[in-house]
Amino acid sequence: MNDEPLVRWDWIARNWDNGGPSAIRTLLESHVVMALLPVVFGLLVALPLGVACARWRWLYQPTAGLMNVVYSLPSLVLFSIFLSVTGLTQSTVIIPLTLFTLAILIPAVVDGLRSVPEHVRQSAVAMGFRPLRRLLQVELPVAVPVVLGGLRVATVSSISLVSVGALIGQGGLGNLFIDGWQRQFPTPIVVGIVLIVLFAVLSDGLLVLAQRLLTPWSRARRSAA
Amino acid sequence: MNWLIDFFGAAANWSGPDGIPARILEHLEFSAAAFLIAAVIAVPLGLLIGHTGRGALLIVVSANAARALPTLGLLVLVVLLIGVGTVLPVLIPLVVLAIPPILVNTYEGVRGVDADLRDAAYGMGLRGGQVLFRVLTPSALPLILLGLRLSAIQVVSTASVAAFVGLGGLGRFIIDGLATKTYSDVIGGAVLIALLALAVQLAFTVLDRVVVSPGVRQVR
Repeated sequence: MNDEPLVRWDWIARNWDNGGPSAIRTLLESHVVMALLPVVFGLLVALPLGVACARWRWLYQPTAGLMNVVYSLPSLVLFSIFLSVTGLTQSTVIIPLTLFTLAILIPAVVDGLRSVPEHVRQSAVAMGFRPLRRLLQVELPVAVPVVLGGLRVATVSSISLVSVGALIGQGGLGNLFIDGWQRQFPTPIVVGIVLIVLFAVLSDGLLVLAQRLLTPWSRARRSAA
Repeated sequence: MNWLIDFFGAAANWSGPDGIPARILEHLEFSAAAFLIAAVIAVPLGLLIGHTGRGALLIVVSANAARALPTLGLLVLVVLLIGVGTVLPVLIPLVVLAIPPILVNTYEGVRGVDADLRDAAYGMGLRGGQVLFRVLTPSALPLILLGLRLSAIQVVSTASVAAFVGLGGLGRFIIDGLATKTYSDVIGGAVLIALLALAVQLAFTVLDRVVVSPGVRQVR
């Protein structure tokens, strides 16, 4: 390596919002979309599927097995396979990442629902809660910490995995890695890594905050003890 | 389906230094090297931190960093800064990314051992080292193996991405196929990597059956 500095600040200033498709801001925006949509879709699908798996035990083994297989597939593999189906669109990244999210969230929802203590469930029955209301008002809220734990893992992984999509032409900030490599110029690579890690840390922090807001009783119990 | 026939049916794809067998061997070679180095570093470290309880912060940090750090970015940056030519620059990020799953799960495994079991071992007069190797390690084995499995799969996956910075192996089919728009190569390479990842998964399932003490498995 010659004496090229690790970061050229003027390059960042010039390319933050240069109006073109390679502006850092544009890449960041598409990165956010491609990273967070899979998490939202995944959560929407995983909640009912997880509830079904917790309700009908026989369903869980095959589902968990399938999710285990999906999770072991490298992201580049799934991106490449979907490339032939959905072409050069954001869906080629969003669909595989949704599958990864499901692989993390379905077990989390099932574990969460199983973590509901039996006496809590029985109290709810004794108070006259019917199954649906019991699920929505008692079991799911009690399961929140475990589900959110899974959601944090899924969100952070999704944010970092989007960048691999750059290899198939849809990678948000990952495109900065390709750009930096092709021009043997480290600044875009550093910018990409830093922005992705910051985005991941920020999202993780927001989810921790959400957990505090959604489970006020866990704090009450701690301060009472 | 036609792509698969094109790829696997072509005789040229089965011989020579860029044929399927050679690429599979290359892929296994890099992956095994990175995985073994990572395991040699992470298993003892995880056992030590879990046993002494010192340095737990390192575990938390590495667990989070490993998930948030983009593999492609790390690969590209390290190889760009150190320079291509040898395999070493590619091996470094591969090892770095392989360490956290092993470290975290080994630590969790040792920490998660029933405190009564540990106390009983000390009560029977075992020393610290003996407790660690004769009691804690066998009990933590399922989680240690889980960590090793996740790490091995991660390595196979990262090694495919590393084809972008010039590493051989199965990723070459995907990267070169994309560059030349030969989609049969892209799909064929993807299928081979997927099969390799599943083989790793299966190997660890079998290993788990063989080495984990039946008593430990019952408790789980």
